[in-house]
Amino acid sequence: MAELFGRLGTMVTRRVWQLGYAARFFAYVLMHSGTALRRFGLTIREMYFAGVMSLVIILVSGLFVGMVLGLQGYETLQRYGSSEALGILVALSLVRELGPVVSGLLFASRAGSAITAEIGLMKATEQLAAMEMMAVDPIARVVAPRFWAGVLSMPLLAALFSAMGIFGGYLVGVQLIGVDEGAFWSQMQASVDWRQDVLNGVIKSIVFGIAVTWIAVFEGYDATPTAEGVSGATTRTVVTSSLAILALDFVLTALMFTGGNAR
Amino acid sequence: MVEIEKLSFGYDRAEPVLHDIDLEIPAGSVVGIMGQSGCGKTTLLRLIAGWLKADAGRAQVLGEEIGRLDARRVFALRRKMGMLFQFGALFTDMTVFDNVAFQMREHTELPEELIGDLVAMKLEAVGLRGAAQLMPSALSGGMARRVALARAIALDPTLMLYDEPFTGLDPISLGVIARLIRTLNDSLDQTSIVVSHDVEECFAIVDYVYFMAAGRIVAHGTPQEMRGSKEAFVSQFVQGATDGPIPFHYPAPDYEPDLAAAPHG
Repeated sequence: MAELFGRLGTMVTRRVWQLGYAARFFAYVLMHSGTALRRFGLTIREMYFAGVMSLVIILVSGLFVGMVLGLQGYETLQRYGSSEALGILVALSLVRELGPVVSGLLFASRAGSAITAEIGLMKATEQLAAMEMMAVDPIARVVAPRFWAGVLSMPLLAALFSAMGIFGGYLVGVQLIGVDEGAFWSQMQASVDWRQDVLNGVIKSIVFGIAVTWIAVFEGYDATPTAEGVSGATTRTVVTSSLAILALDFVLTALMFTGGNAR
Repeated sequence: MVEIEKLSFGYDRAEPVLHDIDLEIPAGSVVGIMGQSGCGKTTLLRLIAGWLKADAGRAQVLGEEIGRLDARRVFALRRKMGMLFQFGALFTDMTVFDNVAFQMREHTELPEELIGDLVAMKLEAVGLRGAAQLMPSALSGGMARRVALARAIALDPTLMLYDEPFTGLDPISLGVIARLIRTLNDSLDQTSIVVSHDVEECFAIVDYVYFMAAGRIVAHGTPQEMRGSKEAFVSQFVQGATDGPIPFHYPAPDYEPDLAAAPHG
């Protein structure tokens, strides 16, 4: 029994210690972001790898999610004779929830894992050590540009995901099923609020961007410099980021759309 | 250039890796630090580079006591050092040219044309000017090591550190690297420390050699003196004998009872 408690204690201590280490790492990255922001070309280059290279998966997934929403939404709404509200349902679902959350999950598996693997392999092949030996701080030169690239890319990807999803909903709802086009767009315009819906969705995507990229760069930098170490770190990035996105989504939704803000 | 006195270090205080190391590396020389894998050679190199801080003793590097410097001053001192890593550690997302230009772009405000000329000169020195636009993945092991050497000398360091520069090279590349270490040292007025376990290649280029075993300096002298050394460890190491002070067998219980007790099938 004592051994069990001992093991539990060790596990908790280790987790708390690691969380503290990750928080210190985060603060260090922020403090050493000067290079990434001053030499913005470095960040732009990483935005190409994290953002532009994720475009295909984000756009295709957005289109299909929107098309499914169109089908399912119509199926439910027409039972109550309000199929014209399809535009509202598709737009609100995407802008408030599915846009930030699904694009966050896709971003974690497409770009987050790549960031972790790249930094982890740079560590394993002594590239980070070589950089440090050349009096260049790898956190400022390698980690910070990737971090900011992720943070800036994520809201843009989420916005594109939502836009593509709305287009998918339009294709299925209006073009395929025959919902009135004017009603679809006008009801959407009338009901989607800029601050309450769009801005909150953007805030969510920024928070998810910070969380995913922080986890990704930390796991890469902290990876054991072996093949198993890097593969384990990559898996942890996807699992931890996905759980973080879902947990943060609940917290943010609770803060944004309940209580005083309830519509 | 480098003076080390009574230096001790352990990653874990309970198990020191280095004990009471004393060594001196005069300016302009090429000095070898030799010993078995895991004897603490690379750790010693990392202490000299200011990567690790000693638990006791002092390391005077380029006129500064490196263990007492803060991170900013260690970085400033490292601009005068170059290091060749065991497998080159080239940046895989950059061309050979960009690898060699890396430090110049990071630490100087030189115009691109001048950087282009300097990179061409450094690559010419290692015989790879024609490979400037290749990616590291297109290079052989020996070529990668030479590019890494060109990168390490990019800002004309006064102290060069070589961590196992001969590991995993074919005989031709090995000869090329060994010759480059010596000629660069002499022509660029450098001081070099070569950590290695390759006896012949190392003896051919160093002025002086320190032998390490289990975290201690066990012998030192010129390569000629070491060849004639009566020290049991040195003669075992130089001749590559399987048994001697360093036993062939890892410590194990008695063989026969162990065999009898082992589960069969």
